[in-house]
Amino acid sequence: MNLYRRLSIKQKQVVWAWAFLALPVLFYVVIRFYPTFGSVLLSFQEWNLLGSRTWIGLDNYTLLFNDPVFWKVFNNTFIYLLLGTPVSLLISFIIAYNLDKVNFLHATIRALYFIPFMTSAVAMAWLWRWFYQPVPVGLFNNFLSSAGIPQLPFLKSTFSALPSVLAPAIWAGLGFQIIIFMAGLRAIPQSYYEAAQIDGVGPWTVLKEITIPLLKPTIVFLVVFSSIGFLRIFDHVFNMTTNDPGGPLNSTKPMVLMIYDTAFNAFDMGYAAAQTVVLFTILLLVSLLQLWIMRERT
Amino acid sequence: MKSWKKSIMGATAGAVLALSAGVAQAVEIEYWQYFYDARVKAIDILIEKFEAANPDITVKHTNFPYADYRTKVAASIPAGQGPDVVQLFYGWLNDYVDAKLITPLPTDMFPPAMIEKEFFPMVQAMKKDGAYMALPTAVRSLALFYNTDLFAEAGIENPPTNLDELIEIAKKLTKRDAAGNITQVGITTGMTAQDHHWWREVLTRQFGGDPYKDGYQTVNYNDDAGAAALKWYSELETLHGVTLAGFMDQGQAAFKAGRAGMHIDGSFRIGSLKSTRGLKWAVAELPAGPTGLKSNYSSYWVNGITSKATGEKREAALKFLEFVTSDEAMQIWLDTVGELPAKPSAGLTDANKSDPVFGPFINGLGYAKTTIFANESGQRQVIVDAMQRILLEGQSPADAIAVAAEAEQKILNKYYK
Repeated sequence: MNLYRRLSIKQKQVVWAWAFLALPVLFYVVIRFYPTFGSVLLSFQEWNLLGSRTWIGLDNYTLLFNDPVFWKVFNNTFIYLLLGTPVSLLISFIIAYNLDKVNFLHATIRALYFIPFMTSAVAMAWLWRWFYQPVPVGLFNNFLSSAGIPQLPFLKSTFSALPSVLAPAIWAGLGFQIIIFMAGLRAIPQSYYEAAQIDGVGPWTVLKEITIPLLKPTIVFLVVFSSIGFLRIFDHVFNMTTNDPGGPLNSTKPMVLMIYDTAFNAFDMGYAAAQTVVLFTILLLVSLLQLWIMRERT
Repeated sequence: MKSWKKSIMGATAGAVLALSAGVAQAVEIEYWQYFYDARVKAIDILIEKFEAANPDITVKHTNFPYADYRTKVAASIPAGQGPDVVQLFYGWLNDYVDAKLITPLPTDMFPPAMIEKEFFPMVQAMKKDGAYMALPTAVRSLALFYNTDLFAEAGIENPPTNLDELIEIAKKLTKRDAAGNITQVGITTGMTAQDHHWWREVLTRQFGGDPYKDGYQTVNYNDDAGAAALKWYSELETLHGVTLAGFMDQGQAAFKAGRAGMHIDGSFRIGSLKSTRGLKWAVAELPAGPTGLKSNYSSYWVNGITSKATGEKREAALKFLEFVTSDEAMQIWLDTVGELPAKPSAGLTDANKSDPVFGPFINGLGYAKTTIFANESGQRQVIVDAMQRILLEGQSPADAIAVAAEAEQKILNKYYK
């Protein structure tokens, strides 16, 4: 107690801060960091969940980098990212930008956009899976063939399967992105727009010079957030392709699905851990890179 | 007041003592299986009968969804928790035996010679170092389901008995719309369901091959027979046009919807087809090959004793295992779940053999083979991909088989090295 009394106010504040932080720190250490280090350790071992673990050094990593499926999956993961993030941001910005100007039924329309975000990804994926089926089940193909247009393969072709899986994933995330964009738009002071109006500036210039630059923090947040989401995509792919997970011919398989398959179908825990470490590294690098590119230039 | 309190405490202490004495007398063992309504019911009936015959043993029945089953079992048994008697898929057993988590059945109670005489031959895969590791109650095999309404409509009287007849009948059952899109398939296909078993253990043998060597550790289908079998299978779609891979998403869904004339599936499908209203169907043995050879694929779930059960618990667990693998239990399992008895003495009764639904499956058991998988989903994927390369990339069946054989051998090497 004497020791505490001798501290300055500043030091006392630090002590109290740490006292309150102790719980979340403990939580993170036990629930997050300990398993993370555990899986890094496991990535150098061989383990089928039942027997004992054996140390095999870098074997899991050499196997991974020599595995053509890994590189295919690596590629797919980045296609999900590079297609998903810009497309979803563009669509959600256009919707938010215009919705911001609409007063008629504003709340209802906003709710309609938000509903997919609240819907279970599993239910949604199965519904879309049936939409994509060929005649006589699939909605889209029934429509096409009744209009005399040949059927599209959607999930059944190596070319169109990935975009077909991505479409509902983008749709599901739109609601959230629209809400964030609208909050960002509302936060821009009206006085800038009034000033622009007085100066007689066209709408395109207003968008380019005022709206987008002032939305930068919102855009940075959404880019990082949705990039991580697309890099970790799993539930849509898994549920839309359960017959042939990640198929056809691995054309839709993302890294998380490969990890799941290695861990819980092949029960090759060490190899799965090595894949997890690689995914973790990619996520970290992509996030840091994005933060660096979109950093505030002061 | 004090004496009142004391007397209550005394009574409580007495009750606790009496209860613990009761616990010490009765042995409780735990039985684990995955949740499937009919299986849960069947085990409950069996436990009731067993407990009536063995009043000093109680069996606690635990079940949870199949999706978690394998992982939960794998996590709890090494931790020394969970079941004393556990139901495992035959393909998982090796890992448990290697890790010494499943203990061998004592040869005096379960003599190997008697098991070999009494059980269907594929159960021999459960033998290791002269003792049996686990035993099944029921086994499954494949057969051809056919829609009798669609057969009558197309004027077909009997199901196909060989592969040529199958193609001819399938042609008559296929329907297309004006634009040429298939709206009803003659036979469902898709390596993702049971067809990879049909190809692996049935078609390759019928075309003169032998899919594996060295106790399923070496791929052997990379020859003319394997290629011919895959060619025949793929031509159902590419040449004869009587099917579409993944038609209506899943073959069994198409068959249930009355949009498929024929469908190859396991005996576990019987239950869900029986409850499909308005669907009239029958079952036939798998068609014979060009030389008249018949084959089938059989799989099963086994009951094993875990290393957790020791002392009197192990005695009780062994007794329970003996009971659930008895003829009586097998008949209850067949009547409740619809899965076939693992012993000819229980399965090949005249009533079962002539049963229009169970008969073809039971007859199939006599010549069925059981693939010993190292990683079933991985090995299935290899065949799925081979078929996709033929359909999507136009690869020849011979090339597709060569790539598949190499990929599957890699999986086997990684497992057995």
